Amino acid sequence: MELNILVICYLIGSVTFIIGLKMLSHPESARRGNLIAAAGMAISIFATIFLYEEDGHKLQNYPWIFAALIIGSVLGTLAAKRVKMTAMPEMVSLFNGMGGACAALISILEFDHIYSLMKDGEVSDSGILLIIFAGLIIGTISFAGSMVAWAKLNGRIKDFSFQGQHIMNLLIFGVIICLSGYSIYSGDLQIQTLFYVVFALSIIYGLFFVLPIGGADMPVVISLLNSFTGVAAAFGGFLYDNPVMLTGGILVGSAGTILTILMCKAMNRPLSNVLIGSFGGSKSSAASKDQGAYKEISISDSAVVMAYAKKVMIVPGYGLAVAQAQHVCHELEKLLSDKGVEVNYAIHPVAGRMPGHMNVLLAEADVDYSSLLEMEDANDVFPQTDVVLVLGANDVVNPAAKTDPASPIYGMPVLDVELAKLVIINKRSMNPGYAGIENELFFQPKSSMLFGDAKDVLQKLVAEIKTL
Amino acid sequence: METMLNWLTLHQDMIYIVLLSVFLGIEVIGRVPSVLHTPLMSGANAIHGVVIIGAIIVMGKVQSDNLTALILGFLAVILGTLNVVGGFVVTDRMLEMFKKKK
Repeated sequence: MELNILVICYLIGSVTFIIGLKMLSHPESARRGNLIAAAGMAISIFATIFLYEEDGHKLQNYPWIFAALIIGSVLGTLAAKRVKMTAMPEMVSLFNGMGGACAALISILEFDHIYSLMKDGEVSDSGILLIIFAGLIIGTISFAGSMVAWAKLNGRIKDFSFQGQHIMNLLIFGVIICLSGYSIYSGDLQIQTLFYVVFALSIIYGLFFVLPIGGADMPVVISLLNSFTGVAAAFGGFLYDNPVMLTGGILVGSAGTILTILMCKAMNRPLSNVLIGSFGGSKSSAASKDQGAYKEISISDSAVVMAYAKKVMIVPGYGLAVAQAQHVCHELEKLLSDKGVEVNYAIHPVAGRMPGHMNVLLAEADVDYSSLLEMEDANDVFPQTDVVLVLGANDVVNPAAKTDPASPIYGMPVLDVELAKLVIINKRSMNPGYAGIENELFFQPKSSMLFGDAKDVLQKLVAEIKTL
Repeated sequence: METMLNWLTLHQDMIYIVLLSVFLGIEVIGRVPSVLHTPLMSGANAIHGVVIIGAIIVMGKVQSDNLTALILGFLAVILGTLNVVGGFVVTDRMLEMFKKKK
């Protein structure tokens, strides 16, 4: 009877994951979808704790299990509640790494169990060994890779690559596969040493897999590692004949892969280019040739041209997020609207550090959803726009993406801000942006630079416009 | 080879689940607007936290005198819980900002 209830609980869990994912891909239902999936997860977890049995034995060690659940829940909630909006992608990466580590630990424990049986003379089951090795390798790579992605987004480590790194990675991966294959089929007692060698190599592979990839591409990498962890979880499902782990894991594995490809499409670059291209790490094309002089514009001049313009377009970027200037930005927008200026926002899909970053940020400041224009719509409007105010965005407005085939971002769709009558660019300095690419937009005759922290500059602009 | 083939036959229902889930995952995501890429990634991240069920099963089977295994299992359950709870809470916080205004 109890086992039947467990089966039903797992069925509910699987269905909520499917429905949850479906609802997560529509803006109106997304939040409910997340809660539904969470409820299904809770049902599956508690059903496992109380109803699961193997060979007629219930699970034991309840105090340990509950202690771990409570510690994990408290830490997880605190971390997730406290994290700043700008740091969310790295938080996701960190949690993803935890999942990968969890899958790897399961493999280690199960291997230990099987190994002790093998020492007692039992013949190993190569199918189960295959699952254990696969879970170990994928889980570990996901863990090590996620940690690097997390540290990179944090700015704790920089891009790092050397000659022949891709060849070395391939070699390491080949060795991992060969050692695992040998261990699984030979089934001799050396297998324990080999298991830990494979574990160590997987960590190294995970590190070197992510290290050379530029920081700007981290969301894509996190999404890819996310689907890896899904697959690792699915191997756990195979191990325990557990349908909810299997459906949940594989769903995330395939949906994550599709999502990764969609993200690459938003940047108009193939996935292979992201993984091998070392975006932003290349020095050849980022050579700073002398671009000539740039103009600066004062706060009061900026205030005047914006207040007397008909159409103003604001292009937000990561600089706005870092400065936490979204509320002042909204204030400026309202002030201009009251003066009869039509103000819109041009949202590039990959502006900021994660897709949708700007939407989330501006929504936090209560900016009206309808004034946010997607890239294609915004590009139609730029020719009739009087003033474009670029706030801490760089690569997404770089015309080199359209004109310079040598540029690392060549081919990426960008916002055509240079079609407007005047472009005011707010940046902290002339340093190139996150991807390390010079931007010729800054040197065009229509462009004027307005240096300073976005929040600071916007506050001064607001004060200035109020006096007009 | 023989054992592998036997194993495939033995687990054919699981293999069907895998195949169908792969296509389901692709279908379900379909045409997601780029605004939702990050919350969706984060939500999927929380869902693969189901791996915690494996950790609980391992933990529940460990002999109570095997301290190393107990500690590793304990760690696995903590990590899995972090993934699940943290993942869902972060996703909810992201989506909270999308709620309809006015």
